[in-house]
Amino acid sequence: MTDKYDDRSHDSTSPTDADGHEVKHEGRTLPTLPGGLHDTTTSRTLWGDAWRRLRKNKLAVAGLIWICLIVVMTLSADLWVPPNFGDPLAIDTTPGANLQPPSLEHPFGTDKLGRDVFSRVVYGARVSLTVGLLAVSISLVIGLLLGALSGYYSGFVDGLVMRAADVFFAFPYILFAIALIAVLGPSYRNVFIAIGILGWPSIARVFRSSIFSVKENEYVDAARAMGASDLRIMFRHIMPNAIAPIIVYGTMSIGGAIITEAALSFLGMGVQPPTPSWGLMLSDAKSLMFAAPWLTIWPGFAILTTVLAFVLMGDGMRDALDVKMKD
Amino acid sequence: MLKYVVRRIFQMIPVFIGVTLILFILRAPGVLPGDPVRMITGERAITEALRLQVIEKHALDQPLHRQYIIYLQNLMRGDLGESYQRGRPVVDIFAEKFPNTLRLALAGIIVEVIIGLTAGIISAVRQYSFLDVLVTLSTSILVSVPVFWLGMLFQIFFGIRLKEWTGGAFYLPISGMSSGEFPDWVHLILPAITLASVSTAYVARIMRSQMLESMGQDYIRTAEAKGLTRRAVTFRHALKNALIPVVTFVGIDFGVMMGGAILTETVFSWPGVGREIFLAVGQRDWPIVMGGVVIIVFLVMIINLLVDLSYALLDPRIRYGGAGE
Repeated sequence: MTDKYDDRSHDSTSPTDADGHEVKHEGRTLPTLPGGLHDTTTSRTLWGDAWRRLRKNKLAVAGLIWICLIVVMTLSADLWVPPNFGDPLAIDTTPGANLQPPSLEHPFGTDKLGRDVFSRVVYGARVSLTVGLLAVSISLVIGLLLGALSGYYSGFVDGLVMRAADVFFAFPYILFAIALIAVLGPSYRNVFIAIGILGWPSIARVFRSSIFSVKENEYVDAARAMGASDLRIMFRHIMPNAIAPIIVYGTMSIGGAIITEAALSFLGMGVQPPTPSWGLMLSDAKSLMFAAPWLTIWPGFAILTTVLAFVLMGDGMRDALDVKMKD
Repeated sequence: MLKYVVRRIFQMIPVFIGVTLILFILRAPGVLPGDPVRMITGERAITEALRLQVIEKHALDQPLHRQYIIYLQNLMRGDLGESYQRGRPVVDIFAEKFPNTLRLALAGIIVEVIIGLTAGIISAVRQYSFLDVLVTLSTSILVSVPVFWLGMLFQIFFGIRLKEWTGGAFYLPISGMSSGEFPDWVHLILPAITLASVSTAYVARIMRSQMLESMGQDYIRTAEAKGLTRRAVTFRHALKNALIPVVTFVGIDFGVMMGGAILTETVFSWPGVGREIFLAVGQRDWPIVMGGVVIIVFLVMIINLLVDLSYALLDPRIRYGGAGE
């Protein structure tokens, strides 16, 4: 491993403090060398090192914990949310049941149809995370493919892909999404398809420049001299070394996709009612902002903290993986 | 310089073709699911006669390349189609709303420059201080805030709560753009801050990193060595050089704001291009939606061109850079 990724000097010197990866070696305590250095024969991977550094970044760890918490909460929601707080879709027409301010029974209050807002916020996380993950996956598939072609073959292909990216960048993002959805029709599925399609150019650019810097390495020449095929060089030698910026960028993109979904749903071009989506909830809250401010506060707070968690994670991973990115 | 301008305009041609091609494909028959006539007339029951008329006018029964040429010709003539719902040409509708969006975007730029630059400079000059940490943290939060939610919070706080707390003595207008109660510019305050929120965070970040970088340069050390005050070094030498990337960002951001104004305008009922698009979405009046997108895309392209040209004017290295060969 290169020195760049080696942060032994910052590590605690106590052998019992070695992290999980190393203790797993049959619980063997690591020999401590003079000067507090670990035995350098212990293999260290780039990812192990990055993880170690990420753990020291308090904000990134907070982001990670928050994301895990949301995932666990929303995946297990069927077990504990409806019995305690009510079904997110159950309309309660009893007089007085709607627009209740927050209480013990309804921690975030109820909306104009008497539905429990807490329950809708928890289930809304499903929509947001699903859209975020699927949209970014679509962007990754298109972006990595085109970025790889562009970076590896350069020349004409490169020019073509990069001009296409320029065209996509010429569109104001949210308007392009609206135009796409106007054609595809507003729906849950079309939202993540549209966001996914719009995301590829950034991924392609990042991956392309990453490949450019990796393919000049001598081990790539060596592989080629040994007669490796283009595909093999691409998948075995270039991709694994060029992937770090993509992981950072992809993490941040999930946050971006979540915010875009909320914005589109807010404008009526996204997830359609009655599905609980944070953006849609804010759209409903607009006319009741003053009478029932809790309808505005909680879904927005959920978007903010979730997106922030992905941004902080992304920042932390960028530092941990030592990726240089433009602001 | 002329040579650079010409070259730069030529570079725009492929992007122009690409952009119009995409806009064309979005409504071309058979390429995407969806009825092209529906995209041209909006989702409203139309008579068979009107349907035939639309097919005739846009040559929808002819080969795709013919249709594309006719589409381009219409664009060149400034014909963005008609809102069949309102019986008016799309261009006329937007011509009315456009000055309002322009005003909002300009106000947003002012907010972004004043607050963003100040925060960035303070952050850089007092690196690692409490203020620096505060600025860095708040920029992370600002880029994660959904702008429409921020606008709603402003409305709740500055419009209603503040009025309650001060007994009606002080509050800000939360919607529309003129009223008997406030001078017009006061109506701009909350929408402008909302619109500028994300960009302000970016300006602060860029300013901070550029300042830090330029303060590490040799000419700063020289300036300090010849006995200039800290203030003179910071403002006359470091700041001046750090500003160039910020100017570029702000220029490009002007275009982005025009496009992004749809959320802010919707929240604040600001009668601009974005709100018009939003209302059209609600009525499924696609000609207005697509027309608005076309107008803003072209505007953004022109703004970006102007930013590039002015950048070349500021920095001679660019216009001589690639132009020589």
